[in-house]
Amino acid sequence: MRLVVVGISHHKAPVELRELVALESTQAARLAAELAEDGEAVCLSTCNRTELYLAGQDGAAAEARAVEALVRLSDAREAELTPFLYRLSDDEAALHLFRVSAGLDSMVPGEGEILGQVRAAYEAGVTGPLLDRAFRQALHAGRKARSETGIGEHPASVASVAAALAEQVFDDIRNRRVLLIGAGKTGESTARNFVSRGAAVSVVANRTPERARELADRFGGQPVALEDVERELERADVVVSSTSSRGFVLAREQVERAVRARRGRPLFLIDIAVPRDLDPAINDLEGCYLYNIDDLQAVVVENVAARMRHAARAEAIVASEAERFRLWRASLEVVPAIASLRARAEQIRAAELAKAETRLGRLSDGERETVESLTAQIVNKLLHLPTVRMKEAAAAPDGVVYADALRHLFGLGDDRAPENRQPR
Amino acid sequence: MAELLFWPALVAYAEAAVAFWGNARRPGTYGLLGTWGVRLGWLAQTGLLAAQAVRANGFPWDTWAGSLNLFVWLLVGAYLIWGCQARFRLLGLGVMPLVFGLLLLAWAGGGTAVGSESRYSDLFLVLHVGFVLAAFAGFTLAAALSGLYLWQEHQLKRHEGARMLRLRAPSLVSLDTLAGRTIAVALPALTLGIGAGLARLASDGGGLDPLMIFTGLAWLIYAVFLVVRYGLGWHGRRAAVLALLGFVLVILVRVGLPVTHFS
Repeated sequence: MRLVVVGISHHKAPVELRELVALESTQAARLAAELAEDGEAVCLSTCNRTELYLAGQDGAAAEARAVEALVRLSDAREAELTPFLYRLSDDEAALHLFRVSAGLDSMVPGEGEILGQVRAAYEAGVTGPLLDRAFRQALHAGRKARSETGIGEHPASVASVAAALAEQVFDDIRNRRVLLIGAGKTGESTARNFVSRGAAVSVVANRTPERARELADRFGGQPVALEDVERELERADVVVSSTSSRGFVLAREQVERAVRARRGRPLFLIDIAVPRDLDPAINDLEGCYLYNIDDLQAVVVENVAARMRHAARAEAIVASEAERFRLWRASLEVVPAIASLRARAEQIRAAELAKAETRLGRLSDGERETVESLTAQIVNKLLHLPTVRMKEAAAAPDGVVYADALRHLFGLGDDRAPENRQPR
Repeated sequence: MAELLFWPALVAYAEAAVAFWGNARRPGTYGLLGTWGVRLGWLAQTGLLAAQAVRANGFPWDTWAGSLNLFVWLLVGAYLIWGCQARFRLLGLGVMPLVFGLLLLAWAGGGTAVGSESRYSDLFLVLHVGFVLAAFAGFTLAAALSGLYLWQEHQLKRHEGARMLRLRAPSLVSLDTLAGRTIAVALPALTLGIGAGLARLASDGGGLDPLMIFTGLAWLIYAVFLVVRYGLGWHGRRAAVLALLGFVLVILVRVGLPVTHFS
């Protein structure tokens, strides 16, 4: 059984190409069913990668099917797509999957979403013994890398850093009121991160009323004019500002007036606009914590560096899991030979017992059971050590030689798949 | 033999202090070790205090060292109520070295001995010492919370975001709320302690001493704290500074105790 992965990712391919081969969950499930044929297939598609994992008796055919599928999705010719593709097989493919699952192959090392995406792909795929084991072990490796190292601990995007810092102020940001000033994309994604943690965007202020209303509807908040922002400051807990205004949208004096009415409640302000929207002097006010885009970026850079430091340990964990998978896969090669040997031994035992039937006829049922059990135990004990040794030997590069020797010595039939038979 | 319980208590508190220091550098297992150090140390000290109570002829903590021993126990007990939560481990870094030092001081002063003779023993004294020390333990914790609040606020203002996210101290709102609640519980205890002391003074005679005046001032500051916090909405930095100001008086009272009450 061969394991193959063909993929395209942020390492080589530009976003224009990645978006062509990106798959939604239903498409991924459909493609997996189509690619599996009589084998196994899982399609993993995220914003940074699309990877097709296939397992089957014919590795080359599986790889060709995967490449053809990606070519079809991208609408490009194979020659155009080839420079952006990577193709890995067997142990390398498994190691790659484990690294992906642990977030070690991600744009931001240790990013948290990939583990869920791998799980979703696995659940939507067509799995058999090989991919089932590979994906379960990949998920285990991903969880282990996260729990035993700090690779996923520190937030590594501007939006998540902003939300994590707000949690340092408020503890729980659930039900906190977010005031969104401006309808820029960055501001919206930052606000969305707050919403995903349970906060509510209660007010959206924008120069264009239509855009404010549109965004407010999307978040379930109230639209207000920019001029009314000061009034809203009294009730907000978090302010996210990202307008394209040339001057300050909020001056220190405006916030100072609001602070008096807030009776000591803290206010966390995020200014992601360039040029800045919020007067830097606001940070000097008691209970006000103002972070601009540079402050947040500095935290991101430091956190990514911290994640990189943890990555070496996570790599070791992943490598050890990949080695366990390799041993398991290698043992699969000798399993048919061991099964044949055991079947042959059982056949001999049953035949010899049948031959002795006339002599055993006088035995009581209890005595007959004892003879059955005794002969079975002798066979088991004789075969136990060779079985263990065979499984150990299977991990070695010449493991297949032991399986061949076993077949030869005991006159067993060739139980391997045709493509695994090597001429000697 | 029961005196030997002092050592496991001291060692466990020391281990907790070191572990919390380690936890500040690399959060995780060290924090867990620290929490267990506090728990085991407190259990050992509880055993020691129980032995002292059983074997003493009267109230066993009527010396400054003995009262220090009881104070440490109350302080750790109060910390244990919520200090085991992962986010409050950073507070242990401030509390446990203090606990270790004070327990060592109590031992040096003979406050951990078992079976000592008591000079005073009446209900008023038990209530007075018990309530005042419990209140002081609460004020000490409130001061630690307020100190941590000011440190964390300073970090936030200076945009030391990465360090804060690494250390994961309790949030400003949690620290502020908890300090307020601790003082709200400790102040009535101090009031009862002072009341018991005054009742004893009235029955046995005697005059006011500077320590009583400082205690009264501390009471006043904490009363003002509660009024401005819950009445006028003082939160955050101003409330933290006021709590620390009250604690300065608590330290003065604690330091002055051997001179005025136990001389």
